[in-house]
Parts: sequence; C-alpha cells; structure tokens
Amino acid sequence: MTQAPLLSLSGLTKAYPGVVANDDVSLQIAPGEVHALLGENGAGKSTLVKMIYGLVKPDAGSMQMNGAAFAPSEPRAARAAGVGMVFQHFSLFDALSVAENIALGMEQAPKMSDLSAQITSVSDAYGLPLAPDRVVGDLSAGERQRVEIIRCLLQEPKLLIMDEPTSVLTPQEVEILFKTLRKLSAEGTAILYISHKLEEIRSLCDAATVLRLGKVVGECTPSETSARDMAEMMVGSTLRTPKRAEGETGEVVLALKGLSAASPSAFGMPLRDVSLDVRAGEVLGIGGVAGNGQDELLAALSGEMRVQADMVAVKGVAVGELGPTPRRAMGILTAPEERLGHAAVPDMSLTENAMLTGMERGGLARNGLLNWTAAKDFAERIILKFDVRTPGPANAARSLSGGNLQKFVIGREVMQRPELLVVNQPTWGVDAAAAAAIRQALMDLAAGGAAVVVISQDLDELMEISDRFAALNEGRLSAPEPTADLSVERIGLMLGGAHGMEVAHV
Amino acid sequence: MIRLEKRPQPSRAMSLATPLLAVVATMVFGGALFAVLGKDPVQAIATIFWEPLFGEFAFFYRPQLLIKGAPLVLIAIGLSLGFKAGIWNIGAEGQYIMGALFGAGVGLAFYPMESAFIFPLMVVAGAFGGWLWAMIPAILKVKFGTNEILVSLMLVYVAEQFLASMSLGLLKNPEGFGFPGSRNLQQYASAHNAELITGTGMHWGIVAALVAVIFAYVLLARHQLGFAVRVTGEAPRAARFSGVNPTRLVLFCLGISGVLAGLAGMFEVSGPAGQVTIDFNVGYGFTAIIVAFLGRLHPVGILLAGLLMALTYIGGDIAQSQLGLPAAAIQVFQGMLLFFLLALDVLTNYRLRFGAGEVV
Repeated sequence: MTQAPLLSLSGLTKAYPGVVANDDVSLQIAPGEVHALLGENGAGKSTLVKMIYGLVKPDAGSMQMNGAAFAPSEPRAARAAGVGMVFQHFSLFDALSVAENIALGMEQAPKMSDLSAQITSVSDAYGLPLAPDRVVGDLSAGERQRVEIIRCLLQEPKLLIMDEPTSVLTPQEVEILFKTLRKLSAEGTAILYISHKLEEIRSLCDAATVLRLGKVVGECTPSETSARDMAEMMVGSTLRTPKRAEGETGEVVLALKGLSAASPSAFGMPLRDVSLDVRAGEVLGIGGVAGNGQDELLAALSGEMRVQADMVAVKGVAVGELGPTPRRAMGILTAPEERLGHAAVPDMSLTENAMLTGMERGGLARNGLLNWTAAKDFAERIILKFDVRTPGPANAARSLSGGNLQKFVIGREVMQRPELLVVNQPTWGVDAAAAAAIRQALMDLAAGGAAVVVISQDLDELMEISDRFAALNEGRLSAPEPTADLSVERIGLMLGGAHGMEVAHV
Repeated sequence: MIRLEKRPQPSRAMSLATPLLAVVATMVFGGALFAVLGKDPVQAIATIFWEPLFGEFAFFYRPQLLIKGAPLVLIAIGLSLGFKAGIWNIGAEGQYIMGALFGAGVGLAFYPMESAFIFPLMVVAGAFGGWLWAMIPAILKVKFGTNEILVSLMLVYVAEQFLASMSLGLLKNPEGFGFPGSRNLQQYASAHNAELITGTGMHWGIVAALVAVIFAYVLLARHQLGFAVRVTGEAPRAARFSGVNPTRLVLFCLGISGVLAGLAGMFEVSGPAGQVTIDFNVGYGFTAIIVAFLGRLHPVGILLAGLLMALTYIGGDIAQSQLGLPAAAIQVFQGMLLFFLLALDVLTNYRLRFGAGEVV
C-alpha cells in the first residue's frame, strides 16, 4: 500500500491479571482496505478491536487516525472519529421496530419519519433490503445484522469493524453481505474483518494480520496464501486434518417419525414433523441457523423433553416418553451446546461433572450410592485421553477454557461407548487444534460402529465430517442428502427452507 | 464505582474461616451497640457467650442449650436440603405447629391408656402432620407453578389459627378449669418425651437431630439424591440434562423439610413445652432459616450454628434479666450475626474492584 494509512497502531499492549491479551501489536489499515484479523480464540482479536473502539484502554502503545493521535476514551469518542463496529452478538430490542432500535443508539435522533427515509436510502444504496417499520423480533439473524450494519453506516464511518459477521448467516446472506462490504470498500471505507473462516477471508480481504497469544505472528495477502498456511500460522503448528476410517454402515439406530413438539421455552422453536433415519457407523450432519429448532431437537433426543413414545425410536425401541436416565442406560448419549450450566455444572469439580452423566453407564453408582473414587478415575481417564489441559480433576469446570471444557464434555460421552451420540455445536468457540481433536473423536466413534448426529452451524465442519447432511429451518428438517454430492447453492437452499425437492418426490 | 468480580476459585481456608470471622465481627459491633446503650460491652458479651456455658448456673443452662438447639438443628437440616436445590420452604414454622398438633392429638386420643406404642405412633403422626402441611405448597408448585415461598409462608398463619382453635376447642383440657391449652403431656407417661439421661436435657428430639445431621451428611456426600439436590441448586438445566426429575425433587425437598419440622414440633410439645397452647410456637421455624445459612447449608455447620444460635438466645435472656438490655438489642445482635456471615460470604466468592472499570 502506497497510500497514507487511515489507522495505524503501534506497539499496543494490554495485560489482564495473569494474561497478556495484546503484546506489542502494530498494524496499518489504508482507506478502502479490507483487512482481516485472524487468530484462534483467545489470541487477542477482541481486545485489539475493543481498544480501537474505545471500550478498553491500552497499557502501552499508540494509535493514529489520519496521522493524528487517536486515543478514544469511550465508544462515543471512537464513533465521533469515524469508527463503527458491528458486534458478533446483536444489541437490539425485539419488541421495537428497526427504526426505533436505530434511534436508540444515536446521540441526537432525528424525527422518526426522517430516520426511516434515511434507513431506506442507505439500505437501497448498499443492497441491504430492510423495511424500517418492521419489528426486530420478527427478523432473521441476517436481517438483524443488517440493522446493526445500517446503524453504523448512518454515521458514515471511515473504518468499519466487523466481529465474526458470517457465523449466523446462510451462504446466500453471506454473498449479500460481501457485496455490501466490497461496495463500501470501493467507496473508501476501510473494513477490519475478524473471522476464523479462512475461505471467506481469502475471497474478501486485501490483507491479513495473524495474531497468536496476543502477538502478531504474521502478515499475508490472503488471496495469495492457502487456507492451510493461514491456519498453521494461527495455530503455530502443523494441522492434523481429521481422517475418516472407511466403515460399513449398519442397521438403523435412530429413527425419528413425524417428531413434532412444542418448545419448552417461551421463545423457542417448535419441532415440526421431523423424520429421519441414522444408521450405525454413520455421521449425520444437521445444519441450520441458530434458533431453528437445534436446542429442541437435542432436548427431544436426550430425553430432557418428552415426546410421544413412537416419535423417537432407537434400535426399534420407542423411547420418546423416557427421561435422560433410562435413555443413557440404552446407550443414547448427548452433549448440549451450552457447556457451562447445561452440559457441565460450572462450580463443580471435573470429578463431579464426570458423575453428572457417567452415573449409569460408567458404573459410578450402585443402589443410589455414589462411588467417588471411580468417578475421579473416570475424570482422570477423560483428561488423559482427550488431552484436557487442567491441573487435575478437582478443578472446577468454570476454571477450564472453553476448548478444554468442550473436550472434557465430548470425551465424557464418547468414553461411555454410546450406541448413538448426539452433539450440538461440538466445536463452538473452540480453538482449531481442539476442534480437530473433537472431530476426529466423533469420526472414530462412527468408525467403531456408533451412530453419530452432529448439529452445527459451521458448514465447513459438517462437510468435513458428515456422510449425510440435512438442514433445520423453522423447526422442519430437510431430507438428508449425501454430503459428497452437495453444492454450496443446494446447501443454501436447504438452510433457507426450500423443501420443494421433497414435495416434488412425493 | 465499586464492582463485584467473581473469584475463579474461592479460597478454601477463607470459606472455613468466615463463620468465625462473622462471630468476631458481631462481637465487636454488638459490643459497640451495647456500649452506646450505656452497658459495659465486655460484660455484656461475656454474659451472652460465657455465662450459659461456664457461669455459676451453667448446670441449668447447658441442658437448655441442647433443648433449644435441637429443634433448630432438626428444622434447619430439612430446610438446607431444599435451599441447596433452590426450593425455598419459608413455612417451617407452620409445619412445626402442625407436627405438634398431630403428635399431641394422637397422644391425647389415647388418654388415659398407657402403652409403649403410643409415643412411636405420636412420632409418626408428628412427621405426617409436618409432611402434609409441606405438601400443600409442593403440590401447588408442581401442578400450577405457584411460588412456594409465598404459599408456605402464608400457611404459617393458617397453622397458627389451627393452633389457637385446637387449644381453645378440640384439644382443650376438660379438667383445666376453663384455661386454654391441652392436657399436659409431661404428666401422661406414655406420651411424654422425657429426659433420657437426668440432668443433661437429652430427649428424643435431640437424638433425632443428631440422626438427621448424619443422614443429611451421608445423603449429600454419597447418595445420588443428594447429588441431584446439589446439581439442581448449582445449575438446574444441567440437572435436568443429567436426568433429575424436577417435580420429584420439589416433592422430596419440601416433604423432607416438612417431616423434620413436624418431628421437631412433636418432640417439643410432648417434652419441653408439654402442652398445646395458643403461644406454643416461638419462632423456631423462622430462626432455623438463619441457622441453615449460618451453617452454610452444611450438616455439620448447621449443628454448630444451631448450638451457637441457642447460646445467643439463652445468653440474650440472661443479659436481659441481669443487665437490663432491651430485647430489641439482643435481636439486633442476632441479626448482625447473619448479616456479617452473608457479607463475608460475598467477599469470599467475589472481590471488590474500585474505579471506573472498563465497559464490556
């Protein structure tokens, strides 16, 4: 880049008790440049952008914006200087309209009719279709993100920071977003793009800075670097691609027949006529944008949610009305998405958390009396086999990092020799090395003759490990299709809820 | 601005030391309170904590310690199981009254027959009475989702009305010259919860309290049901995931606390109190809530807390009569104990952060 940089960071350092989140980080962004910030979880990406957005004050180092010193003390100051940020988690009020939500975030909101007109003109100009009078509660995740983006664009930012923007989008929505970002970039707005999806970065970004453990470990031009090389830069070691041992698929283990059930939670999604067969030795991937019935499907399979007996059958036995304990005894094991508070008890030790689901199948209890020695032994075996980094089984689940706790939770179920294992978001928020280990464990389990259902929003993950793929949309499940034959367009249609194919066959 | 920040792994030594620190802090600030009231603080504190145990009349007060401590411990053990699981039975006082009424009612029904079966039957009836009263909030909660705190609390007042009606009506002593109150069970050998070893104050209720402590300890440490209780309190979703049936747990926790409160009432009415009277209940059911928390919901802690609480009651009475301290000052003193314990608890689990902090 020969242009003068828009934003230049030099020697930024920020330490928290016990961890240096950013250590001497320097980078430059030119006007109109799309700059990727890459790194595993905990590499310091969030801390860095929070410093730019005025949420966190650096301990050392300096920032310059257009050649002038830039040290925002709060987000308002950063916004005034032309920095906009779209967070991974939206801060919108469901009960208010799009325009009302946007007005709430403004210093001096114009009249509602003027604001609506502005919203419409910005949304037209950048190809982000959005009606200002719609209630946010009715919007899809992609549309909600548009509200956040338009909120930023109304302030005409010079730098737009986007934190993992595509994690909640369908491929089609990603395309729309990328068109918008390219248009903004062409107009001279710089974009700082945080993601761990390497293919996206390769197609969108002009430059990339890779962070590892708070330090800049590399810079590259994404279009000229392979995804594998970037991943290895992030992880700092050679990646082991999960390998699938070829296995024969056997009898049908899980059969869902017309599974319909109201959601137990008020804002949940009911399951609508979900039918499915999963065979022994097979990995079935279930994709879909969050909130389309994933949690409910897992609850119906784990036994937390009771349904009509014959709606869920395992090896020919109707189990729909059984609770989690008898299902576990039959070899139906599950691992929910939320690690803290659902799959594990945060303030209990790993030994106690091993007891949580290992009681029946792990032989940790007899006549209601608990065998803590056996539970500790079980926890130690999980820690050893799944390389869980912790001082020992007496440590609280809360003290583990997300990736390590996830390895523990998945390991706990895998080591109980399930006949059927259902996991929801097995690698969410987990670093690349741990994710690879978890995927390998799931595939090994299938190769050993178990049926495995992986519910995930990470399409790359599903394509990598599953034999067949189905998508959840509004509580309906598409007919599963072999992964090998699927095109990205077809996946997008399945995620978007085009069930036309099924109808045509009937 | 001051913020609380959760400590990743609270210090074990601190959690064990907080009850002692709370007692010390209560002595310091309580002493200051007594000084402001114009009493010698050292003497007042000594009267409360020393006199009942080692003073001139300790031979009288020591048995009282067990007699007053036992119902507190028995009730608090039951409550602690529910509290651990996030099920809040505030109405132990009512269950205590109903236990006493059922127990005494069965005993009086047999009067004047003498038989070894009468007292065991009264024990069963007392337990049943407390259980029945606790099942009302339990069933309303699991069927209709009502709040057990409100229902159990309101049922205390209903139970008090029952008590008044019984001591003036059905259970009134026919030979009592018109005075309200039942026959004195102390004078009815088969129904009397007598002292087991003379001069110690030891009666069956104290035995029951000790058994309850051991039972609760084993349940929580080694049994599946106790584990279910703990998991439910820590993370209800994880409990359901692991296979705990929330309905059954509500019935169990409210049921067991009702049974133990009912037993406490029954042992009290047939022993130290002797008869059903309008003012039979003296707040054990409410004080037991404090005892449960003072003992940090741990069975052994509750045993110690129950004795400590009994000590402040007895010592407080002595201080009132000997030093002329107002009753309200004694109650403030007891309140301080709970306040300091809870405050120190917060500081064990969280640390204070001063300054503006970062907006995240």
